[in-house]
Amino acid sequence: MLIKTLFAGFGGQGVMSMGLSLAEAAMLEGKNVTYLPAYGAEVRGGTANCTVAVSDDEIASPVASSPEFVIAMNQPSAVKFQHHIQSGGLFFLNSSLVEADIIRGDIEIVRVPANKVAEDLGSPKSANMIMLGAFIKKSGLVELQSVIESLKRILSTKKKLIEINEKALNAGYNLF
Amino acid sequence: MKKVYAHPKSLKRAVFHYCPGCGHSIAHRLICEVIDEMGLQDKTVGIPPPGCSVFAYHYFDVDMAECAHGRGAAVATGIKRACPDIVVFTYQGDGDLAAIGTAETIHAANRGENTTTVFINNAVYGMTGGQMAPTTLRGMKTTTTPYGRDHVIEGHPIKMSEMLAPLEGVAYIERVAVNSPANIRKAKKAITKAFQMQLDKRGFSMVEILSPCPTNWKMTPIQAWKWVDDEMSKIFPLGVYKDVTEQKSAD
Amino acid sequence: MPKVLMDGNSAIGEAAIRAGCQCYFGYPITPQNELIEYMATHLSRRKGCVFVQAESELAAINMVYGASVVGARAMTSSSSPGISLKQEGISYLAACELPAVIVNMSRGGPGLGSIAAAQSDYFQATRGGGHGDYRTIVLAPSSVQELADLTIRAFDLADKYKIPVIILGDGVLGQMMEPVEFKQEAPAVLPVREGSLRGAKGRPSKIIKTFTSNPAELEEINWSLFRRYGLIKKQETTFETFMIDDAKLVVVAFGIAARIAKGAIRNVRAEGLKVGLLRPITLWPFPDEAVKEVVKNVNHFLVFEMNMGQMLEDVQLSLEGKGEVSFYGRPGGVIPTPSEVSRVISRLYYQKGLK
Ligand SMILES: Cc1ncc(C[n+]2csc(CCOP(=O)(O)OP(=O)(O)O)c2C)c(N)n1
Ligand code: SF4
Repeated sequence: MLIKTLFAGFGGQGVMSMGLSLAEAAMLEGKNVTYLPAYGAEVRGGTANCTVAVSDDEIASPVASSPEFVIAMNQPSAVKFQHHIQSGGLFFLNSSLVEADIIRGDIEIVRVPANKVAEDLGSPKSANMIMLGAFIKKSGLVELQSVIESLKRILSTKKKLIEINEKALNAGYNLF
Repeated sequence: MKKVYAHPKSLKRAVFHYCPGCGHSIAHRLICEVIDEMGLQDKTVGIPPPGCSVFAYHYFDVDMAECAHGRGAAVATGIKRACPDIVVFTYQGDGDLAAIGTAETIHAANRGENTTTVFINNAVYGMTGGQMAPTTLRGMKTTTTPYGRDHVIEGHPIKMSEMLAPLEGVAYIERVAVNSPANIRKAKKAITKAFQMQLDKRGFSMVEILSPCPTNWKMTPIQAWKWVDDEMSKIFPLGVYKDVTEQKSAD
Repeated sequence: MPKVLMDGNSAIGEAAIRAGCQCYFGYPITPQNELIEYMATHLSRRKGCVFVQAESELAAINMVYGASVVGARAMTSSSSPGISLKQEGISYLAACELPAVIVNMSRGGPGLGSIAAAQSDYFQATRGGGHGDYRTIVLAPSSVQELADLTIRAFDLADKYKIPVIILGDGVLGQMMEPVEFKQEAPAVLPVREGSLRGAKGRPSKIIKTFTSNPAELEEINWSLFRRYGLIKKQETTFETFMIDDAKLVVVAFGIAARIAKGAIRNVRAEGLKVGLLRPITLWPFPDEAVKEVVKNVNHFLVFEMNMGQMLEDVQLSLEGKGEVSFYGRPGGVIPTPSEVSRVISRLYYQKGLK
């Protein structure tokens, strides 16, 4: 099965590292995976997004025109990408920052107060990992343990950061 | 009997194709003498340009690699970086170095590439038949400035030595001429010094040679030699423009 | 070595280092910046290796020329507009029989175009690209793993045949990350090509040159180049086929488009349409024999490219009038989806009465 996930938000919200962690985790599970960042002029003006495709088969295109899952970390992304989601897909909204009314009835909306939970945890910068944790739980795309492993690989020597991120991941995972 | 002159070892025994009175042949011989005296024949790679000297590899008995018009400094960079033990020199005309290859030259000089450039300034494009070069003097007639170079339209003669000298990567720049025995002796000294800078890893070195082109100047060799003194060196004054070994160290 | 997640540009850089690339010269342009940055970070720190950010693509390719003169493995990379500037140097490399690896992570054109992935530099790459009668080997990868593998092959081919080799990728291949495995370690001693110019120590001096005033001499040089090209064609033509055994329609596509086509073919196979894929991996030499082989059993071809129909001509030439060729192209940097291509395939399949 081929599943495409799009992560979008402001630059600095850790959107790219969410995608990277997921891609790395999928690789660790032996799945086929592609990660495609938006680049160049597309990412000027403070927005960032990336697409992760996970599949048991070869992946034809790393581009997602209609992703199964979309994670919107801010208001503009929520507005921009809500119409891209495939019917029956999941739409993860960072409800701490997104107020948009979602008019589509054919998708499931998952509201995650990522910034608030992160602040409560005492690490406001880890809102992305709260969201990723919630996403892993709701989507079942990869195992939580694989994501934790991937964080260890990506952050390697930064022990403290791994600890904070792992805590946030668990907190997000346990929201649902 | 005392031997006063011998054919340089690194100069092949071929007949020059240059016109009578042309500065290229003198410049070739001087470089070969310097290569011999410094014992560099078996560690030198020369880079001749498109231009009248495109066949320079028929004369220099060292490894030679032709390159595209103006790209000598970039090719020299590649050679020297890949193989720092090689002594590299480019041999370039004024169209080559100061028009199409200006960017490559300035940036190689600015990076302080440990290479040596022999820059033949004859104020015209020789090979292609005497068109205006960036170094053509004001008022000078060429096939593309038939009414004389008008600086309002065609700009001014470009002074490469003056331009390059302030760059921090440059170790040594001197402008010489090959139009009299005295000047020729000075030219050889300058070439020696330029190669020495390279051996000492001091940075970019260049010798600009004011070189007669009787054919395109429409002069006899004697007139051309005189014209270098009377006209050309007024616009392009001879002398040392940079010598890091003469500068006092700052600290 | 375990797999690592890497973007295509960086994977080329790592593979080049492992192929014994000693020198890299480049100039920034999107979408290949990760490669010049990778080399700045990793190659520049290696003993005996060289990284220079050149002042232009023109300078970069000529630095490669210089490094190749002295026998070092050298590489440069750029994207379409910069590759146009390199053509001068590529022509000289070809003429002097100097190996080099040139990467084109191509983007939409003409002109400044767009930074999105495109395949519109096929003609430029496969027809020589610069002035004069010459060819370069052109390799077209379609995954990050293949980018890495073909980079190593590019250096080997360049040395073996003394020829510039072009890796023709695109913006998506350069930017996307995929798991990749590097199958060889960097050599302990950097390779130096035999017969290079390093000063005439213990031998007569040598010349590398192209210019001659004797047309007959140049003609012989051209002939000898083309004899070598014939040998390359015989020995190095590479392609991949996918599900063509029972196919009634064969899609011909290269690079990222081939990958998209493969997905499309899987979709239509699920609906029972008998469609296969022929993917040239060497664009020059083009696998014309493979096309001739396919047309013995298949009459219908769909050439699919992210341009206005360039490889199309090579397919048509290979078919020598046999078979029926249709074309689907998206130029300018638009990346078609597999389902879009599936629809094109299905439509054609029914129109041609293949069902
Ligand atoms: C790209 C390119 N443009 C033009 C030429 C033609 N060309 C050959 S030599 C030359 C100029 C030669 O003048 P200069 O550099 O002053 O050397 P000289 O012949 O005077 O020694 C030109 C324009 C070329 N070889 N390549
Ligand atoms: S044309 Fe001028 S530069 Fe060229 S060989 Fe004759 S005199 Fe020398």
